[in-house]
Amino acid sequence: MTTTATRDILDTVEFDEGGFMVDPHAWTPEIAEAIAEREGLELTERHWVVIHFARDEFAKNGEAPTLRRITKTTDVSTKEIYKLFPGGPAKVAAKIAGLGKPTGCI
Amino acid sequence: MKTLLILGAGTGGTMVANRMTELLDTNEWRIVIIDRDETHYYQPGFLFIPFGTYKPEDVIKPKRNFLPPTVEVIFSDIEMIEPDENRVRLAKEGQVIYYDYLVIATGSHIHPEETEGMVNGGWQKNIFDFYTLDGATALSRFLRTWDGGRLVVNVAEMPIKCPVAPLEFLFLADAFFHERGIRNKVDLVYATPLPGAFTKPIASKKLGDMLERKNILLETDFNIGEVDSNKNVIRSWDEREIEYDLLVTVPTNMGADVIERSGMGDELNFVPIDKFTLQSDGWENIFVIGDAGNAPTSKAGSVAHFMLDVVVENILRHIEGLPLKPDFDGHANCYIESGFGKGILIDFNYETEPLPGKFPLPGIGPFSLLQESVANHWGKMSFRWIYWNVLLKGRKMPIESQMSMAGKWT
Repeated sequence: MTTTATRDILDTVEFDEGGFMVDPHAWTPEIAEAIAEREGLELTERHWVVIHFARDEFAKNGEAPTLRRITKTTDVSTKEIYKLFPGGPAKVAAKIAGLGKPTGCI
Repeated sequence: MKTLLILGAGTGGTMVANRMTELLDTNEWRIVIIDRDETHYYQPGFLFIPFGTYKPEDVIKPKRNFLPPTVEVIFSDIEMIEPDENRVRLAKEGQVIYYDYLVIATGSHIHPEETEGMVNGGWQKNIFDFYTLDGATALSRFLRTWDGGRLVVNVAEMPIKCPVAPLEFLFLADAFFHERGIRNKVDLVYATPLPGAFTKPIASKKLGDMLERKNILLETDFNIGEVDSNKNVIRSWDEREIEYDLLVTVPTNMGADVIERSGMGDELNFVPIDKFTLQSDGWENIFVIGDAGNAPTSKAGSVAHFMLDVVVENILRHIEGLPLKPDFDGHANCYIESGFGKGILIDFNYETEPLPGKFPLPGIGPFSLLQESVANHWGKMSFRWIYWNVLLKGRKMPIESQMSMAGKWT
């Protein structure tokens, strides 16, 4: 269940039909906490390693990183990231980091 | 004397060498091409080897036969590219070659060792690839005596070379086992990391329906974490298991090792490029053709062919100090074998997904788009001749490099 505070924050944010934030620049850490809660996750320090990395990548390249890029560049292993963000880690992490869907596959 | 250096004499590199020989003044320019392997492989033919349609000798020819005599050919491994110094170090006799322009055409290659447990245990016993001549040949031997069971085709990770190949393999396998009278003893399963049968929605739906009609089970969102050869199961990172008797894998595809050694690649060793001009992001005198680059389009020979005009034009423009043309549109054109002497054709680019309709090809077509036909099958089979005799030589084909909407239903 989402708390009232979370609902209030999420009400101020615009999402697309996939649940991704429409404007990545409107993102704040508080919004991340709220999206995570909606996804049923409580963010730990390890989640934040991935989220900060995804935000930095977006700032540099304009898109969310692929799973392989996250696991190759940070110290988070593939096994761990699947535990941290169940059900499609690159996608869920991008969602919480306020970014669009990663464009990894062609 | 100036030097145009081409790394890789596969489909892309060979086409660039042939075209550039005609366009550059040989009194002023020296063209050098480097490859580690003296044999040219017709890679689209690998798909037919497991089923005995092609033999290994049908898909190999000497590389030298396809390169003009004026091009200097060196067979050697490449030790290192040093783009800030405009030079390349070769393994052979420690040679160093300085260049004015560099074309990277080093392709993409499979890495089964990227998946835990893949290469120890069942590798080439009941686990095979068909992206190498070795793998396809070993699988052909295995299939000749296999009397049935559960055949799982798995794509380890995207992107892969020729994204339709795993589907074609399954369609051909379905027909092959039918013809051998053992289809009722074979379960066919396709386990893919994608959310559907293919990467783009309309084609994904159409191809998904075909899988269902042919009684091929589709497992989506399956991201393989390990192969357990003792139990003959593949396990995903989210701990789903799929049993197999025969595993046909499309392993992780990566760019050449030398790209990583030289620090020029992304996380999969593909060289970052401008997807419209095909110039490398890092160095303005380096261009990339084919699947060595990170352009978000299919990694396939047809794409390399459509890139050719743009790469060549932009090198010439850069030599003359003119602005580059952002003309590559991601165009791909793929015949998909669907078994029983039929095929499907898809034609798409960065913006337009594969659509149904008719594909007008002067003199040969029309071909049906996104639906089965006998003509599409013959299109695919005659492509081998076109490949060796027209395409590799960089000659003009009766098909535009930029995708056309003519004949497509929208």
